[in-house]
Amino acid sequence: MKYLDEYRDPATAKKLVAAIASITTQPWNIMEVCGGQTHSIIKYGIDQLLPEAINLIHGPGCPVCVTPLEYIDKALAITQLPEVIFCSFGDMLRVPGSHHDLLGLKAQGADIRIVYSPMESLTIAQQHPDKQVVFFGVGFETTAPATALLAYQAKQLALKNFSLLVCHVRVPPVMEALLNSPNNQVQGFLGAGHVCSIMGYHEYLPLAAQFKMPIVITGFEPVDILQGIYLCIKQLEEGRFEVENEYRRVVKEQGNLPAQQLMQTVFDIVDRPWRGLGNIAASGLALTAEYNDWNAEQRFSVANINTQEPAECRSGQVLQGLIKPAQCPEFGSRCTPEHPLGATMVSSEGACAAYFRYRRYQNV
Amino acid sequence: MSDLELNCPLPLQYEQIVMAHGGGGRLMQQLLDSIIQPVFNNPILNQKHDSAVVNINGSKIALTTDSYVVKPLFFPGGDIGKLAVCGTLNDLAMSGAKPLYLTCSLIIEEGFPIAELKRIVESMQQTAAQAGVLIVTGDTKVVDNGKGDGVFINTAGIGIITDNVDVKPGNIQVGDSIILNSDLARHGIAVMLEREGLKFEHHIESDCANLSGIVQELIQAGVEIHCMRDLTRGGLASGLIELATTSRHHIEVTESALPIHQDVNSACEILGFDPLYIANEGAFVLFVPESQTAQCLAILRRHPLGEQAIQIGQVKSTHAQGMVTLQTAMGISRVLDLLSGEQLPRIC
Repeated sequence: MKYLDEYRDPATAKKLVAAIASITTQPWNIMEVCGGQTHSIIKYGIDQLLPEAINLIHGPGCPVCVTPLEYIDKALAITQLPEVIFCSFGDMLRVPGSHHDLLGLKAQGADIRIVYSPMESLTIAQQHPDKQVVFFGVGFETTAPATALLAYQAKQLALKNFSLLVCHVRVPPVMEALLNSPNNQVQGFLGAGHVCSIMGYHEYLPLAAQFKMPIVITGFEPVDILQGIYLCIKQLEEGRFEVENEYRRVVKEQGNLPAQQLMQTVFDIVDRPWRGLGNIAASGLALTAEYNDWNAEQRFSVANINTQEPAECRSGQVLQGLIKPAQCPEFGSRCTPEHPLGATMVSSEGACAAYFRYRRYQNV
Repeated sequence: MSDLELNCPLPLQYEQIVMAHGGGGRLMQQLLDSIIQPVFNNPILNQKHDSAVVNINGSKIALTTDSYVVKPLFFPGGDIGKLAVCGTLNDLAMSGAKPLYLTCSLIIEEGFPIAELKRIVESMQQTAAQAGVLIVTGDTKVVDNGKGDGVFINTAGIGIITDNVDVKPGNIQVGDSIILNSDLARHGIAVMLEREGLKFEHHIESDCANLSGIVQELIQAGVEIHCMRDLTRGGLASGLIELATTSRHHIEVTESALPIHQDVNSACEILGFDPLYIANEGAFVLFVPESQTAQCLAILRRHPLGEQAIQIGQVKSTHAQGMVTLQTAMGISRVLDLLSGEQLPRIC
């Protein structure tokens, strides 16, 4: 398959592994920001191919994992109201809220639909004028433009039976928060390639300069990731701290300008709590006041749901790279993909779920 | 953030059935192992084979049943009628049986067009006739509008197993070659693209087919088949994991040998699905002694349903009993594990 096979080529991967080994002279901690990268790393065993000196820390870039419990509870509350059709991306359905998950409510008869494209929910609203159709907009800057377009069109069409529960998050503030943490272990980043395809990478230039931190915008295939690691190690070994773009076939410096403009029209930048990481300033996107009529939190009076999350799982430490998933005492025993204690065990992009699926048996 | 809040909820135990209980993964296995199997508990059931094999007056009879709830009812490469016949024929074939008779039980929703019902039963008859079996009894029930999904079909079947044939998970031996007859994941992807109205440029048809003919050719040629499994719900990975668990052997699969159609691969990439866990309706694996690998492949490749037949792995003698590992193209080995339930499309 073009653009895939050549980036999964074992011979190319082997050459890169050798090149990485040849330039690595000391231990380095590199964080891959995006959950898609984590999934690839564990699936292809990239971390096992690397020199022992290189430690990969699995970052907070899984949208399912970091969506705060409060918003899951809001989604569950809205879903249980009469005459509501609740539309969501598939992998949000298994995320546990305080008392239920969406799959469980669906089993009890709630009308919950998996959509592949957010625009499908608009069609559903037009087909069901007697129902209230709600779209759950979660994810990073990659999925935010689609939600923005949806809100924009709903306003243009003056749709009365459609609203959005928006909990989008931004990548640069969480990277900054991780670097500001006294526990920080990260010495270089593999930047999230698809986020940068929308936002470009100029946002990362001040971060690299302020924290003297190499940031390599990286794709998702094995060869991409190895190339990203190579560039990052090379910078670290040479004492440079620049923003480099490994994912040139997709990412341009300025990103996708029409998408960015649409997001600015529809969203305000707000503070947002992250599951496992706490509140992070300016890390969220919320509908502007102009879109209040399409804001599900206003329409259904769930804005005051303010869930206090019980301290149970250690996903916060996993997301900061302080422990590996298997070091959590609950991993694979009380916490499994069937009954996740925390969201990092839910999505296939969550570090705990990836370890559970591919690494549960250490001695194979 | 220096003051870390460690935030997570308590685990959920499902009090009701959720869709994942039918997804062919770990939740379904738990349901079978904790609710169904302990109640019906008996030695025949406990063989965990696609069909039950019973001895009646000295004849080995294979008996199986399956229900079909596919949506949409008509899809590229087949329809629920063809599926309901092929699926049950294949379950019989996987125990080495020559299928003889089928039953047909229809649960029809009020309001369902009779013309479509006619198309479905004609498709069943055509498929059965091609396989040389008769549909000899059945039942019809109608449920209220909204209480069904058009048509649900249950078929049961019996077949006869010749004396020298003994095909079951317990017969899998270290050193066995694992052979796959065709490419993977076409049925699941074809049905899903049709159901969700996803408009890719593709030519993916379900692989829905009756496997009893190709299996009988192997048996008649004297291939010593230790075990077979059709790779339906849960796909290749779930099928092999069940066999590894039941037989307590280590199954090793070579990733680069797995045939997957390019269009299927593309659809999986876009949706975030792993093709190894996607349903097939005309793909099966065979476990044969290493010495018979070439003969088995040659026979398969002469048949239209086995043109792409290939050895995909081997049963290993290692400590990793009850496991399936995948030798990846990158040169590492990783475990294939049961999924919870059905795969859910990823966000991005």
